[in-house]
Amino acid sequence: MTQAVATNQTILVVGGGISGVTAALEAAECGKDVVLVEKNPALGGRTTMLYRYFPKLCHPTCGLEINLRRIKANPRVRVLTMAEVTGIAGTRGDYTATIRIAPRYVNGNCTACGACAEAVETMVDDPFNYSLNRTKAAYLPHAMAYPLRYVLHPSIIGTPDAERAKAACKYSAIDLDMKEETIKLKAGAVIWATGWQPYDAAKIQPYGYDRFANVITSVEFERLADPRGPTGGAILRPSDGKQAKNVAFIQCAGSRDENHLRHCSRICCMASLKQTNYVRESYGEEAKSTIYYIDIRAIDRFEEFYAKVKSDPRVKFIKSKVARIAEDAKTKDVVLHGVDTEGYHRYANTHDLCVLAIGMEPSVPAERIPAEVIADSSGFIEATPEGSAIFGAGCATNALDVNRSVQSATAAALRAIQVINQVARAEA
Amino acid sequence: MSEALNEQALARYRNDFLKEVEERVEEGEWVKMCMQCGVCAGSCPFGPHWQHSPQKIFMMIRAGKREEVLTSDSMWMCTSCYNCVVRCPRQLPITQIIHGLATYAHRLGLAPRDQPTRHFSRLFWKNCTRAGRVNELKLTLGLYFKDGLVSGIKKAWALRNIGLGMLLAKRLNPFELIRGHECSDKAGIQKMLKKAHELENRRRGFQE
Repeated sequence: MTQAVATNQTILVVGGGISGVTAALEAAECGKDVVLVEKNPALGGRTTMLYRYFPKLCHPTCGLEINLRRIKANPRVRVLTMAEVTGIAGTRGDYTATIRIAPRYVNGNCTACGACAEAVETMVDDPFNYSLNRTKAAYLPHAMAYPLRYVLHPSIIGTPDAERAKAACKYSAIDLDMKEETIKLKAGAVIWATGWQPYDAAKIQPYGYDRFANVITSVEFERLADPRGPTGGAILRPSDGKQAKNVAFIQCAGSRDENHLRHCSRICCMASLKQTNYVRESYGEEAKSTIYYIDIRAIDRFEEFYAKVKSDPRVKFIKSKVARIAEDAKTKDVVLHGVDTEGYHRYANTHDLCVLAIGMEPSVPAERIPAEVIADSSGFIEATPEGSAIFGAGCATNALDVNRSVQSATAAALRAIQVINQVARAEA
Repeated sequence: MSEALNEQALARYRNDFLKEVEERVEEGEWVKMCMQCGVCAGSCPFGPHWQHSPQKIFMMIRAGKREEVLTSDSMWMCTSCYNCVVRCPRQLPITQIIHGLATYAHRLGLAPRDQPTRHFSRLFWKNCTRAGRVNELKLTLGLYFKDGLVSGIKKAWALRNIGLGMLLAKRLNPFELIRGHECSDKAGIQKMLKKAHELENRRRGFQE
């Protein structure tokens, strides 16, 4: 797959999350050649790590399945995984991208039978579950991974474990001699869709994410609720595995804060509202969710969803940004301290578990993108400079939900298609 | 003097207390940036002990509660720990605003008369500006005797061992009570302070 042929009529899509996959498919289905570059071993990005979507509470696997099927059916999309774009040179209609491909140590013969995972003994942090659990060092990234192929963790290369994996494979799929390689690809236009990452919660010192076991982030909570997550879908708190029935959600954890992220991350209010549903589904009438907020920003037409959650007597809203969290040394319960804005009452509320609705920051901040883009003060791509054909898509351009990411990706695809059409006309 | 200042301010700003604060209080232009999240109130180590938290003071300013804000003793409770400033998501200089409000209330003569911090501040200012140096002995005694002769003697007596220890360690000179050390250019310092006072009046629009 590394010998992908590309011309200046090819569209290079950087990032294989929901935005990159969408942009690649939209362009390919319009008859353009696309190379899709993804840093991780499988496509899908952070969308695959969600348990459910708002507002319909459907599972992301559904949309993902459709998109992967479209990719498999389309010969115009070529996918490079474990690949990173390190440089882009040239001008609109004539770019050359430098791509570094990390070794996977597993070739195309892999049937995903799992024999290597059984043979290997070393355990590594599972990135798919935000390191909440550990997985074998020979692993399938996740159940719906595309390409459906195992990966060997680089830490076991050169150890007896790697040899064990190789010996266990009946299909000669394990190639321990794979090396990192760097390739160059031509492209007429580039769609930059490197997405987002959760803000480092440990930086919000008064919330003690790095000190208290029962303070977790919203993305981690998403994994706890997922049947394929580290707890098999049971909402158990990390300190002692006790059922977390009384859950606090802190909004704007990192967002709207000049000391952290200055932008509103836009999705966190809806994410917390959605997550109160998980608690409710798990524990019924015993569930108790409390949302601490500055103001609820149920964007766009989601106000109805907010109203529905608000009418649930098991969900309480407290208008206040929590000032600090303390831990009860004996029970490991979390105690939230602050003053509420409606009446200025001082509170110290005890909860089983505290979920920080963590802010979104760009995975690759604009200053680290190896091409010229116009960025905002948070490092999101704001616009494309005059005469350039490098277009931002999805969360690389703003804090967006899945729906808006897809819209943004389609728009970027259209811009890229226009450039390719111009190139084609000039060359005809 | 302070009453006249208050009358002028009332006439000039009528019901627009926010505007008054913006123009006349140090860092007052930041007040409107507060988004009422409550982190300052929750972070204040003195939180439970004062009537109005910074969050509440800022809302009261916007609501035009001039009398209540300026006569509040809350601003005088601030210990300048700067916890609120460090944590404010909008990076408001909260400590500075709170001190600015205290100073303004003092100038208008509306600050609570017997507030101990205000009393001490006045004592300190008088002591320090007279000779350009703080006379610690006079300052401390002034504070001891603020509630009368008997209570002053009682307080001094209670701390006599500390005083004696300081005397032996040469940290306390009883002759300071008679004259005390002074700055070489006393008149110069006072001239400078007078000028600064004039400049501030002009900038803030105070007419005396």
